Order: sequence, then C-alpha cells, then structure tokens
Amino acid sequence: MKKEDLILVNITKPDIVSNDKAYRKNRKGVKIMKKIEAIIKPFKLEEVKDGLSRMGVKGMTVTEVKGFGRQRGHKEVYRGAEYQVDFVPKVKIEVVMDSKLVPQAIALIQEKARTGKIGDGKIFVIPVEEVVRIRTGETGKEAI
Amino acid sequence: MNTGDTAFVLISSALVMLMTPGLALFYGGMARNKNVLSTLMQSFIILGIITVEWVLWGYSMAFGPDHAGIIGGLDWFGLKGVGMEPSADYGSTIPHMAFMVFQCMFAIITPALITGAFAERMKFSAFMLFTILWATLVYNPLAHWVWGVGGWIGKMGALDFAGGTVVHISSGISALAAALIIGRRRGYGTTAFIPHNLPMTVTGAGLLWFGWFGFNAGSALACNGLAANAFVVTHIASATAALSWIIIEWLHRGKPTTLGAASGAVAGLVAITPASGFVGPLAALIIGALVSVICYGGILLKSRLGYDDSLDVVGIHGLGGTWGALATGLFASTLINPHGANGLFFGNPGLLWTQFRAVAVTWIFAFIMTLIILKVVDMIVGLRVTDEDEERGLDISQHNETGYSF
Repeated sequence: MKKEDLILVNITKPDIVSNDKAYRKNRKGVKIMKKIEAIIKPFKLEEVKDGLSRMGVKGMTVTEVKGFGRQRGHKEVYRGAEYQVDFVPKVKIEVVMDSKLVPQAIALIQEKARTGKIGDGKIFVIPVEEVVRIRTGETGKEAI
Repeated sequence: MNTGDTAFVLISSALVMLMTPGLALFYGGMARNKNVLSTLMQSFIILGIITVEWVLWGYSMAFGPDHAGIIGGLDWFGLKGVGMEPSADYGSTIPHMAFMVFQCMFAIITPALITGAFAERMKFSAFMLFTILWATLVYNPLAHWVWGVGGWIGKMGALDFAGGTVVHISSGISALAAALIIGRRRGYGTTAFIPHNLPMTVTGAGLLWFGWFGFNAGSALACNGLAANAFVVTHIASATAALSWIIIEWLHRGKPTTLGAASGAVAGLVAITPASGFVGPLAALIIGALVSVICYGGILLKSRLGYDDSLDVVGIHGLGGTWGALATGLFASTLINPHGANGLFFGNPGLLWTQFRAVAVTWIFAFIMTLIILKVVDMIVGLRVTDEDEERGLDISQHNETGYSF
C-alpha cells in the first residue's frame, strides 16, 4: 500500500508578513476555495467520481488508503490461525472546488457513497489558501 | 540398458529438480514481503550447495560401497567410477549417472524443506553452513541406511518407496529441532504473520504437485507398470488431501481457504511418498483423506505448544511423512509390488512394527543430530540475525536487495 504524503502548505506567520499584499489576497482565497477530502468504500469510487464530474468538478486525486474508524477491521484465518486485521482498505478522494459548490458536493458524495452500513466513511472540508496551475502560473479559482 | 527407462529417469530427475524452485515459491509466498527473497534464496541456492556436495562426497557417502550398514565409503568421491554403464546395485537398466543425478535432486530438496522452519530470522552464512553439515551428517547416512545396499534400515525390511523417512520425516523433525533452537520470530504472538503473496504459494504448490510425479513414479527407476501405479496413487492422494483439507477448514473455521487447498495438496503428496510403490488407488484415497486431519490438527497444536515453525514444516512434512510411513505398514500389498511386503490389512501386522521402528529411528537420529549441528553453527557464526536486521527484513539485511519496489 502506498503511503500517502500530505503536502502541507507552509503558512507564513501573520505577524511577520501582515503588510504583505499577496498574503492578504491568500486569506481572501480561504473563503472562496475549499478542499473536500472524502474517505469512502473503494467500490463506491466510480459512482462518486461520475456524480462529481456531472456536477462540474474538473479534477480529483484518488489514493488507496488503509485505516479504521468505528468499523474496526476484520478477521483473517491462515492454516487455522486467526488474525485481527485492523486497517481496512478505503479510497480517499481529494477535490478542490469553489466554496459555493461545497454543500452540493457533500450531498452528492453522501448520496453516492452511502450503503447505510458501518464503514461508509467520512467527508472533511478544509480551507484552501492558494492554488497555482504550474503550466500557466494562473492562481486562485481560475487554477482549479 | 533400456532406453525407455533411461529417458524416464532423466525426465523424472528434471521434474524433481523443478520441485525446489516450486518449494521456493510455496514458501516465499507465505513469508512477509520484506523476507520474500531470502526465503526464495534459502531454497534456490541449495541447488548450488548440494549439487557440489553431492558430486564431491555426498553420493559416495549415501550410495558408495557399504561399511557395516552405517555409511558408504568415499570410493566414489568426485563421482569416480560413476559412469555411463549401469551400476550393479542401483537401476540395472539405466546409466549409473542417471541414478546419481536423480538422487541428487532428492538430496537438494530435503534440506530446502527444513528452511521453512527458520524462515525470516536466520543468518545466510549460518544457513549455508547448516545446510552443508546437515546434508553430510544427517541426509547422507540416512539415505544410506534406507536405500544404500547393505543399509541397516533397508535390511530390517522397512518400506520407503520414494523417501517418506529419508526426505520428509528427516526434514520435518529437523525442522522441529531448528524451530526450538533458533527461537520465535520477533513479534510472535503480537504481530500478525500474514502470507504476503498467496498466488505465489499456490503456483509453488502446483509446481510441487507436477514435480512429484517424477519424485514418486521416477522412484520405480524404470518406465513400467509400477511407475504408472506410483504416478496414479500420487495424484489420487494429493487430490483427496486438498479436498479433505478445505472441508476440515470449512467445518472448523467457516470458510475454505486457498492456502488450505495448497497445504492439503502438499500434505497428500508427502503422505503417499513412502507408500506410492506399494499401495493401490483406494488406499491412496484413504491416505490422502486422513493426512489433512493429522496435519491440520498438528498445526493447530503448534500454536498451543508455542514454538514458531514459521511455515509449518513439522506439521506438514514431519507429521504427514510419519503418517505416510505408518500407512505403508497398513496398506502395502504384494499384489501391487511383489518386491514389497504385505501390510496389516493384508494379514501382516509385522510390517507396521517395522515401519514404526524405522520412523522412530529417523525421528531420534534427525532430531538429535540437528540439535548438535545447530549448536555448533551457532558457536561458529551465530544463527540469528540481529534484532534490527530482522525488523528491516532479511532481503535488505542479508542480500542488499528488495523483492518489490513500487
């Protein structure tokens, strides 16, 4: 299983750069862009992806992850020996979008990824400081 | 000299050769991914180690001119006198060299079987030293006792068609000694030792099953009816045991497993090995059906007893081989092989007693000798890798490479 590295944006401390124009622009960005991180059951990925695409989401990052919540793990048996496997395979979807789309996206993921059984996963919404398209240098919402 | 027999024995030798890489896959898949290469290596490199040993002194010790029923002399050192003409004693219709190379493959796979017991924690240097000493001091004498002309177990009248005592009991019991001496893997009881690649294990089991036709049918040393009988009963026992193993699992744990099917097939092959030249198809069915009960029970018992035989060599080869040797004493019939003997169910309870004695001698000899050899190896180079190296895995710590890079 690939270990997923979270790229942490190094947020400059406000007291040092409080006069910096770029920084203030970024703070404004926090209000207009969000990242949705959804941990879902792997077999629900296709439905969620199709739903988000139809909603107008243009890209996403998907990672195979392992973890546990209330579902905990399952048992495996090898030659009669039983092992408790705590980490259950899940898929993590990361999508950055316009803040206005977030309620709709949450509802959609909830609808598509839900089975009603324990272990359906979670949705996290995280503020995004800035987005830069590497090729063109566009920033902000245009770069999503 | 018979060309058909010669062709058959040479092809059988190639089949038995393939069992060792097959065993490497069978074991490698059951190890964790940080130890896959070291586990493969401990089988594969034995092709190198034992071939050299066999050519220099091994074949001569096992099959050379007898000294007091105990050991062969070194008259055939470096295969001196082992030529293209048939030998007087072994396989009168095939070149002596063909018999020698067929036996070489048996000598190779036997120490490879033991490696499953100490997998994932033994130093490579210690493994090499152990393999050479074990082949010289345990395998060669035992092969001489059972198969060598004048060997005392053979003279006692014990039947072992293709190596139940010499190959399977000896390796299985040595595995027990090895697991006890080297100790458990780090994290035993708290970490889950889950097989990292069962498709590899099933592939290995398939290759073992295939190669085993050479092992058992080839032991007829001729392309004849007895070879066909050995071929057929080998197949029946393996098939039945694979089936009975998954049925036991299904009843006991609720699900039939792939590892269970592969384990059962191998256990069936082990059990039929000594009997394959002496029993008929229905006996093979019973031997195969019951071996799974015995081996499955033995493996469950292992966790109660608390020793760490990583890949269940004792459970499958030790117990399966013992059952096979005793079952030969029950089901052997001179109707199948006039050069054999009748077993208990054919009116001769004496054979069962003889088989029991052969088993007991093999158990005691292999166990004690392996304990001594491992103690000596431990004094010379140390058996175990350091805790840190064990954590990192033997692939990187012993061989500077990794099996998978993503």
